Amino acid sequence: MKEIKILAIVLFFTAVTYWGVEPYAHSQMHPHVAPADFSFKDMEPLHVNGNIDNGKALVEANCIACHSIKSLGLQAPMSFEEAASAYGVVPPDLSHAGVIYDKNYLAGFLKDPVGATKLSHKFSDAKPYAMPSFAFLSEQEIADVVAYLGNIVATKASNKMVFEEACGRCHSMKYDGLKAQTPTLSIQNYLGAVAPDVSMMIRSKKAEYLNTFINEPLKMVEGIAMPRVGLTEASQEQVIAYMESVGDRKKAERESLGLKLIGFMAIFTLIAYLWKVQIWKEVE
Amino acid sequence: MAEIRKSEGFMDWLDQRLAVKAFMRVMMTEYWIPKNINFLWAMGVVLVVLFGVLLVTGLLLLMYYKPDINLAFDSVNYTIMQEVEYGWLWRHMHGVAASATFLIIYVHLFTGIYYGSYKKGREMIWITGMVLFIAFSAEAFSGYMLPWGQMSYWAAQVITNLFSGIPVIGDDVVIWIRGDYVVADATLTRFFMLHVVLLPLVIILVIAVHFYSLRFPHVNNQDSAEFDFEIESNKFLEGRKKESKVVPFWPVFLSKDFFVVGFFMTFFFFLACYQFDFAMDPINFEPANSMKTPAHIYPEWYFLWNYEVLRGFFFDIGGIAAMNIGLVAFVIANIVFMILPFLDRNPMNTAPAHKRPIFKYWFWLLVCDMIVLTVYGKLPPTGMNAWVGFVAAVIFLGLFIALPFITKHEAKGDEQ
Repeated sequence: MKEIKILAIVLFFTAVTYWGVEPYAHSQMHPHVAPADFSFKDMEPLHVNGNIDNGKALVEANCIACHSIKSLGLQAPMSFEEAASAYGVVPPDLSHAGVIYDKNYLAGFLKDPVGATKLSHKFSDAKPYAMPSFAFLSEQEIADVVAYLGNIVATKASNKMVFEEACGRCHSMKYDGLKAQTPTLSIQNYLGAVAPDVSMMIRSKKAEYLNTFINEPLKMVEGIAMPRVGLTEASQEQVIAYMESVGDRKKAERESLGLKLIGFMAIFTLIAYLWKVQIWKEVE
Repeated sequence: MAEIRKSEGFMDWLDQRLAVKAFMRVMMTEYWIPKNINFLWAMGVVLVVLFGVLLVTGLLLLMYYKPDINLAFDSVNYTIMQEVEYGWLWRHMHGVAASATFLIIYVHLFTGIYYGSYKKGREMIWITGMVLFIAFSAEAFSGYMLPWGQMSYWAAQVITNLFSGIPVIGDDVVIWIRGDYVVADATLTRFFMLHVVLLPLVIILVIAVHFYSLRFPHVNNQDSAEFDFEIESNKFLEGRKKESKVVPFWPVFLSKDFFVVGFFMTFFFFLACYQFDFAMDPINFEPANSMKTPAHIYPEWYFLWNYEVLRGFFFDIGGIAAMNIGLVAFVIANIVFMILPFLDRNPMNTAPAHKRPIFKYWFWLLVCDMIVLTVYGKLPPTGMNAWVGFVAAVIFLGLFIALPFITKHEAKGDEQ
């Protein structure tokens, strides 16, 4: 039938145009990078098993002077504002640090924080990073700390809690009423850049991009101030799920309503077709 | 005044006062449409439906949108997209319908060119159609800016800056349009007014003129065949429906349109619910930031061919700055379709393109060239891309320069 042929031509040119301005342009404008890798191969793996009791003593002696561990009832020694002005950034709560961050990453981070976060372009001896290096601890002691931090986790953190601990020190999520713990101005002074509100990031960047970006920001954006935080794959999924639940909270409604709307129009089209056939029988 | 008698019912009461029966006859049941047309002629009705969708969803969005640079982004992305029941649906329908409108306008426009519907007394239909295209472009651009996203801000910055190319007064014109030295609150507020009041009024008015201009030369048909609408419509009214070459707009023609509209709207809701990204640039979900440009600045897909003509001339030629050549080419590209009826110098041949010996090549070359311009209009203009854009822009202008000669030559062939 002639009209089918015409439709095929129209669809062909529409499809070529679509392909050109969407997938093709996208592939040209966003160079391909290696996908997210959660094995943290550059971090030397721990060779010894940690001792929890010794880890407890080490954490109490070295960490809680700055960090809170709210799940154990240990409050931070300073308010957010005081901490931000003292360190530049609010130190994270360690309640879930032992599980939301990769173990090898944690160990590597304790030894060399700037190297692990890949922020050597932002921090140096002249402008020190807030977290000091614990390279003076032995391999065994570091393993003890990591083992203890993993052991204090009583319950699985909710998606929102993972976001708050891993991202909430710098980033706000204003569409969910979350304000960054560190004041905006402090972040700007500390990192040299404003940490954006991430309420709509799931729609402006998309889950796929975020997955690679959070895993290793520098790979995606040259010179960026965002640190590599070392989230495990499962925790990162939780962060992205939380971002989706805030920035795209009508997704489920959209997907289920879509089927109904399409179904409705399909039935309308069928009835319209039958009516058309009946009416045109008289004239053709 | 006509004598008003006691009415026999509601319709009769209305008819005595508003002549609704005569109106329905003229507009619907005795408005004759050639039988020999394909679904491409339903694009006009599809556009009317889409405009209706834009109008209704636009009114719903208007209830919650705040035209203020501090509130606009959140009013769209939080209030409308998340808090208002089905706000996301109205917004997606509005955005997708705007994009789909341009897709259908292009199909409508190329249908007109292919079947020679711009010629032989149909010039006014064509010209009012092109005025509509420009009005819709202005409407789309002003609306694109309202959510105050990153790309809307920078697109507004770039597009308003084009006016600085006007000799002598250019820079002042830019400030006058923006209402400020940069795109700012004053710009947003006036674009809001243009988008929701002035331009929709202009569009509705021009649509009315477009429809009106259709009534005298009548709708063209697939073979561009000439026939006497009076004789053919009489055949129909006498009951020789199969013999007649025309059908009434209602119910015969519209029954087919309903089917096409249904088919299209099925696809439309698929786009609105699952494939909205092509119409809503993800970068616009980032709030406008005047301190940080996006990595790539490009307009929506339907302006890309135009944009590529503008930036295709990327080097100075004969002492004239590249920017100025581009601007002139851009202005020509924007008005050249309007004068198409006068560029086609073949007075006899109103046949569809496939029956015209040279014009058919011209037509398909134009389609392909505009697709190349569209695709390269989005890509970064570096290296090979810049040259492809340049060549495609030159071909585009060349096609319109060649058209009078081609059609004149064709006319000679027809005479023999």
